[in-house]
Amino acid sequence: MAMKIGTEQFKERVDNGLNDEFMRGAVASAQDGMSLKRRAVTTDELGNWEEWRNHAEEIRQHVLEHLDFYLEQLSENVAKRGGHVFFAQTKEDANEYIRSVVQMKKAKKIVKSKSMVTEEISLNAMLQEEGCEVVETDLGEYILQLDDHDSPSHIVVPALHKNKEQIREVFAEKLGYTKTSKPEELAYQARVTLREKFLEADLGITGCNFAVAETGSFSLVTNEGNADLVTALAKTQITVMGMERIVPTFEEMEILVSMLTRNAVGQKLTSYITVLTGPREDLDVDGPEEFHLVIVDNGRSDILGGEFQSVLQCIRCAACINVCPVYRQIGGHSYGSIYPGPIGAVLTPLLGGYDEYKELPYASTLCGACTEVCPVKIPLHNLLLKHREMIVEKEGKAPVSEKLLMKAFGLGAASPTLYKIGSKLAPTALNPFTSGDKISKGVGPLKAWTEARDFPAPNKERFRDWFKSREKGDK
Amino acid sequence: MKVTLFTTCIVDMFRSNVGKATVELLERLGCEIEFPESQVCCGQPAYNSGYVKESKEAMKRMIETFSNAEYVVSPSGSCAYMFHEYPHIFAGDPVWEPKAKALAERTYELTQFIVDILKIEDVGAKLEGTATYHTSCHMTRLLGVKEPPIILLKNVKGLKFTELPGKEQCCGFGGTFSVKMAQISEQMVDEKVRHVEETGAEYLIGADAACLMNIGGRMGRLEKPIKVMHIAEVLNSR
Repeated sequence: MAMKIGTEQFKERVDNGLNDEFMRGAVASAQDGMSLKRRAVTTDELGNWEEWRNHAEEIRQHVLEHLDFYLEQLSENVAKRGGHVFFAQTKEDANEYIRSVVQMKKAKKIVKSKSMVTEEISLNAMLQEEGCEVVETDLGEYILQLDDHDSPSHIVVPALHKNKEQIREVFAEKLGYTKTSKPEELAYQARVTLREKFLEADLGITGCNFAVAETGSFSLVTNEGNADLVTALAKTQITVMGMERIVPTFEEMEILVSMLTRNAVGQKLTSYITVLTGPREDLDVDGPEEFHLVIVDNGRSDILGGEFQSVLQCIRCAACINVCPVYRQIGGHSYGSIYPGPIGAVLTPLLGGYDEYKELPYASTLCGACTEVCPVKIPLHNLLLKHREMIVEKEGKAPVSEKLLMKAFGLGAASPTLYKIGSKLAPTALNPFTSGDKISKGVGPLKAWTEARDFPAPNKERFRDWFKSREKGDK
Repeated sequence: MKVTLFTTCIVDMFRSNVGKATVELLERLGCEIEFPESQVCCGQPAYNSGYVKESKEAMKRMIETFSNAEYVVSPSGSCAYMFHEYPHIFAGDPVWEPKAKALAERTYELTQFIVDILKIEDVGAKLEGTATYHTSCHMTRLLGVKEPPIILLKNVKGLKFTELPGKEQCCGFGGTFSVKMAQISEQMVDEKVRHVEETGAEYLIGADAACLMNIGGRMGRLEKPIKVMHIAEVLNSR
């Protein structure tokens, strides 16, 4: 799977989303539940929440400002512990390197723990080309993979759009499952099947929540423990990370892991927080014999140092997705990217270009809920605005009718005389469409509004007329 | 106290009663009201659509218009917030940045002005009935005005106040979003209308004419018998 999901146009995807009653109900209740859980372990429990956010932001900004230094430090320390480091500028570079490791090791059976960056670089497709069996071991990802590679609709809860009945059907069809749709029974089935896969695997692939530059370690946060099996059993391990996912030391990692789990799933800690350093050493009882760290750029250096740098502060907690009122209605697939919601609407056009994703920055009311909740203080709604400015002024990709309208706006709004004449004439101009005090069927820009809503008819006497006559003593 | 009114274009053209109520209310609270005729739009519709160059002309006009004001007061959290954005928009501009900063420092949303500057929490208003309040996103999140409207509403005699479920959720207006992404906007406003109905309130009160135009427009279309009132009108009820 690449970053792009589906082949439909934005409008079509949104239509599908809006018509999916089940998905919308699931998203709304997940959002409501998540918000309560998150609040309980953030603002309510910690009290000085803003200090936590400031600190987390400071850590992320510091790392981005000194990314070259920390990347070098990380690489040196991984190498010191006997690991191999590969810096991939493009997704092709990343895939070629991983392909060479797979070929060298003659690996055929691969298990993976959840990783967004491997989705971004379409790693699974390449591995399948190589004739490997690749099994996703995060339960959500596993369900999607079984269901003919359905796309994730959320970065933390990828199968959010599926209910237990749908999952039962997938298991029945693909695994011959015969039991009920009880979550415990479904999970048990997955455990039994996946256990075999873990034991057979000759290569394990993981993502990385945070890499620790000082020690050459990396951390994985899960609730299922699948990442521990991926890293403990297979002889060779490849860890793939976005180049910005670094912390200087364990001290900063502790803070960011806490921010991640509290915001992502409303938990103080997840069931498993695993930190691994290099390949197995003499006295270790498990762990890989060979360890490869693939650090992926894939467009990130172009973001660094520019107006959108702060998006790289992201720790992939999805708090912004969980509060977004637009995501709530249209769901993740509507964004056409593995990165949906506000963070996706900012990040996706940067990584995938405006040609493909020019609608995403407009899929927001700029209500600021995302910015308010972001634990590392990314000004998400401002970055959406910045995208709009780029699309209009630098790329010239706005529709002509809109451009003309906004040109007229520029003239009208800047000139009191034009504004006065225009607003005075409005009631007369809109008269044919007005009935009583409302317009029910508008034309031009009002057409879309009046599809679902009445629009108020302009007042015959504007406020300014009233005020003027009142000052004169008429009223 | 001298107050210079920034009515906003929506109130000027479509909701003049809100402007009138604002004037009468502030006068009753001892303010002297001034309304500079040369005020136009704050530029937000164009700015939020990415037309920064076009919107800057309107912004400059507004900065000039209000340059001598002691207090600029607006019955809209979103438009007042826009004035607070001006210094960021003109950042680095040696002429306009300082002017924009001076304007932002003197600009208040109506309820914020009454509670924080006039130090009044009970305006002596009276309105019989049950009401719920829509918290506008720009006013609460971006301008940071959360408590003042609630304090004032709770002191309105006769008004029974019920909290709106999902109050932190946007109503789906979002300026040009409401027409650019009309289908999504419709679903958002529908959810808001459902929440308003759940409260059983007779009045839906808000402090931003634009959000009210959106929610009210949808309720009108669905023929819901809930009355929409701007907070200035409520506080001016006697």
